[in-house]
Amino acid sequence: MTAAVAIRGLEKSFGTLKALNSVDLEVQPGEFFGLLGPNGAGKTTLISVLAGLARADRGSVTILGHDVVSGFRDARRKLGVVPQELVFDPFFTVRETLRFQSGYFGITKNSAWIEELLVSLDLVDKADTNMRALSGGMKRRVLVAQALVHKPPVIVLDEPTAGVDVELRQTLWAFIRKLNVAGHTVILTTHYLEEAQALCGRIAMLKQGRIVALDTMPRLLDRFRALSAHLRAPALPEQWANQASAHRGDTWTLPLKDYGDLERLLTDCRLSNTPLTDLRLEATDLEDVFLRIMEAH
Amino acid sequence: MVGGWTTLLYKELLRFWKVSFQTILAPVVSALLFLLIFAHVLGDNVRVYEGRVGYTAFLVPGLVMMSVLQNAFANSSSSLIQSKITGNLVFILLPPLAPLEFFGAYVLASVARGLAVGLGVYLVTLPFAAPQMAGPAWVLFFATVGAGVLGMLGLIAGIWAEKFDQLAAFQNFLILPLTFLSGVFYSIHSLPPFWFSLSQVNPVFYMIDGFRYGFFGVSDVSPLLSAGVLLGTSLVLGGLTLQLLRRGYKLRY
Repeated sequence: MTAAVAIRGLEKSFGTLKALNSVDLEVQPGEFFGLLGPNGAGKTTLISVLAGLARADRGSVTILGHDVVSGFRDARRKLGVVPQELVFDPFFTVRETLRFQSGYFGITKNSAWIEELLVSLDLVDKADTNMRALSGGMKRRVLVAQALVHKPPVIVLDEPTAGVDVELRQTLWAFIRKLNVAGHTVILTTHYLEEAQALCGRIAMLKQGRIVALDTMPRLLDRFRALSAHLRAPALPEQWANQASAHRGDTWTLPLKDYGDLERLLTDCRLSNTPLTDLRLEATDLEDVFLRIMEAH
Repeated sequence: MVGGWTTLLYKELLRFWKVSFQTILAPVVSALLFLLIFAHVLGDNVRVYEGRVGYTAFLVPGLVMMSVLQNAFANSSSSLIQSKITGNLVFILLPPLAPLEFFGAYVLASVARGLAVGLGVYLVTLPFAAPQMAGPAWVLFFATVGAGVLGMLGLIAGIWAEKFDQLAAFQNFLILPLTFLSGVFYSIHSLPPFWFSLSQVNPVFYMIDGFRYGFFGVSDVSPLLSAGVLLGTSLVLGGLTLQLLRRGYKLRY
């Protein structure tokens, strides 16, 4: 099967700064793929090379088998990009903006899909409003609609929810999920790791232009799987009190090996008549994994 | 499916049409003021083409062509620099538009604005002097190709400039001197030898002179020479602009 995105030996420098360093990556059709990394890791540069906005010094990138340089026309038709910056053309309305974007891809009769996008992204009321008059959230929705106006099978979202309110975030993710279920490949960069954890099936982590982790979400979480209990009790049975990683007053934090450990803790508390007034469990999440991996590299 | 360049052309046309007060009407008024001032001050003192043509009539084609050229340059350069600075150029760089399509859309839109302004200037100056058109084909040829050349120069300036003052420098230190020192307001035969020689290496002089030939059937140099210079300039600038677009110079990093 042809990869949705295939990146081989990609290198890109800006002066002495190596923004991308021997990046190899494949994203399969239909994946919801996360591209994570701290600021300056090379995520936007990678997306720019993918989209033809930047040129690689070495290596190749193909979108569904089409090279982004030699076969740029086909490659760009297969790709929709939501840019990170909130950019817009102040001369035009939302509907004009979408019609133009469709036309640039050679699709002039696209009213039905444009209307569907306006409805799905809750832009119908603003369709004939000038772009300048829209709020930041509305402009972000238009950017998403512009990226999808030519029905690309591969969609790249570069931090699409930065500075966006909760309601729009939910609407946006519901819509993107629907597209993914319908077969679109989605590549997402975000600093909201809980979003990435909830949405992405596979993750690549970049640091200083290199891929430092590439795995499925469950396997990444398994790498540093840990459980801890935060509880409130006046005292704990001695063997548990000795294991506490933190203790202040009646608040205790206990690292647990697994849920069996939790069961033993609760049994010991019950047998020793220790009253628990609060109990909260915390499992390893993507943020923990991300921080551990970034520290290690 | 049609080529995306037709949409880009339409967008560029609509862009200047939406602000036509500023892009068409304002330059027409400026040209009219030039005509009123120069014709009033110099009208009785300047002899052109050995007195065969009145100065006000002589001035009209010069002002029309100057407006055509300056506005053709302004259209492509301002559109591109605005898109670059506001970041919305990304919407044109992401679609599958080839360099030639990008070039064609921007240059044709520049030609359209140049001709629209030129027509406006011609119409408002008619009551003051109505020069006959001895060769309308020459008028159309020089106006269209001249606007195309300045549209290309505008594209080059827009590609090169990274901020508005760089574009303003290009406009003030290159375009303005080229158009003002091209015989818009005088025949170059009235110039001292140094300035006469300098004018002869100014391609804009040939555009104005050839355009004026279309009105009066008289010019400072042969219209064939002017046409040759114009076509040569358009080939050189066209090749250079396309090369910059192919390389993605200052557009794709």
